[in-house]
Amino acid sequence: MPLEVEVVSRVRELYHTENADMVIIPGSEGEMGVLPSHTPLLTTLAFGELRIIEGDDVIGFVVYGGVVEVRPDKVIVLADDAESVAEIDLEEIEAARARARELMEQGPSGEQRALIAQELRRAEIAVRVHQRMGGGQRIRSLSEDEE
Amino acid sequence: MATTREIKRRINSVKNINQVTRALEAVSASSVRKAQNAVLASRTYAQYAYDVLVNVAAMSKGKPLHPLLEVREQVGTVGVLLITGDRGLAGAYNANIVRRATRFVERYEKPVHWVTVGRKGRDLIRRWIAQQKADETAPDYLKQQQIVAEFSYMPADPDLSDVAQIVQVIFDEFLNVPVGEFFVAYTHFINTVTQQPRVLPLLPLRPFEAKSRTISDLVEADPEVKHTNRDYIYEPNAVAILDEVIPRFTELQILQALRESLSSEHSARMVAMRNASEAAEELGEALQLEFNKARQLGITSEILDIIGGVEALKQT
Repeated sequence: MPLEVEVVSRVRELYHTENADMVIIPGSEGEMGVLPSHTPLLTTLAFGELRIIEGDDVIGFVVYGGVVEVRPDKVIVLADDAESVAEIDLEEIEAARARARELMEQGPSGEQRALIAQELRRAEIAVRVHQRMGGGQRIRSLSEDEE
Repeated sequence: MATTREIKRRINSVKNINQVTRALEAVSASSVRKAQNAVLASRTYAQYAYDVLVNVAAMSKGKPLHPLLEVREQVGTVGVLLITGDRGLAGAYNANIVRRATRFVERYEKPVHWVTVGRKGRDLIRRWIAQQKADETAPDYLKQQQIVAEFSYMPADPDLSDVAQIVQVIFDEFLNVPVGEFFVAYTHFINTVTQQPRVLPLLPLRPFEAKSRTISDLVEADPEVKHTNRDYIYEPNAVAILDEVIPRFTELQILQALRESLSSEHSARMVAMRNASEAAEELGEALQLEFNKARQLGITSEILDIIGGVEALKQT
């Protein structure tokens, strides 16, 4: 039985499929893999990498907090903010990172400091996920690599 | 009778005004479309978030699990978020929503803490409060009201980061108890000729009764209640999940109200400007007619002068 998966952020719908085999979720309590017929579950999301395994493809997203609802036949990812790995622009992120570091050195006040720290964390996660996924939204299957 | 030169000058100024109103009309028309698309983009998230909210709230069995769900009707003061435009030239748009909001306050009979978005609303409300304070017969709750925060010049295409400050003020007011309930007064966009000023409850969030009021603008289908009967696993716990969903959902509601108001403002301005353009054209035609008459009259009197002169010469 395939799994229906919906990935939405507050400003748009990112992905929808009815044929997923497994979803790997960056939950706040740790990463977890969800297969069809999973027990109903609600969990908060950490900043991290969300992977949807669909046949031979792995589809990757970076999510920045939110909530996931798991039903036996459906997984709904409600991200505060999210982007697909293919959308990540490394140059842009590096520029943002440099700006954030510069601001941090100026010794910002508490609230701003938290915002900048969050921006830095986002950039780091995006870069890490991008490197691991090799820059493509879809990665050919693992079995092919083995051949 | 005005001279031809005076009439010519008036025709030119009417033409200039016509050009300005036409340009404003075109700008507003494209903005309406953009604002409406933005409203639709958040719908899916809102729908699912509401699902989760109802699901978790059903667990609480009447006991509020989150401070933003807490009903405190005994608190005497209410908050109103009033959304208007920064600029005029939009027909009765600003006046309508302000009138709707002040009527609501008069009927609700509780002192109000206002949070205004848009310069026009701030000015109108400030004037209204001053009037109430000067009026000796006005009831106490109208004299005690105040503007606690004001925002103006919101971007044309507002995003969640743009409403963050507004949300912060509202949460502060509500959670630190000066205010027991919060309402939002905004203009609902129906179509380009119809917009409806509305006052709707915002906080405390009432997951089960709210369906028919505020949330219905955001959420179309009923939540899948069958899932609430299942035993869910909550990680780390139900409160942490509510902490995530409730503020986000409220933010979206506020953003939605802002976007609806923007669509309404643009269409109100579009219609007002179209009417102005038409009026300017009519006036231009009438003035042209007057100009032609004056010119003909001038020619006729000149010919009469010449003929009179010729006749006079003949007789000598």
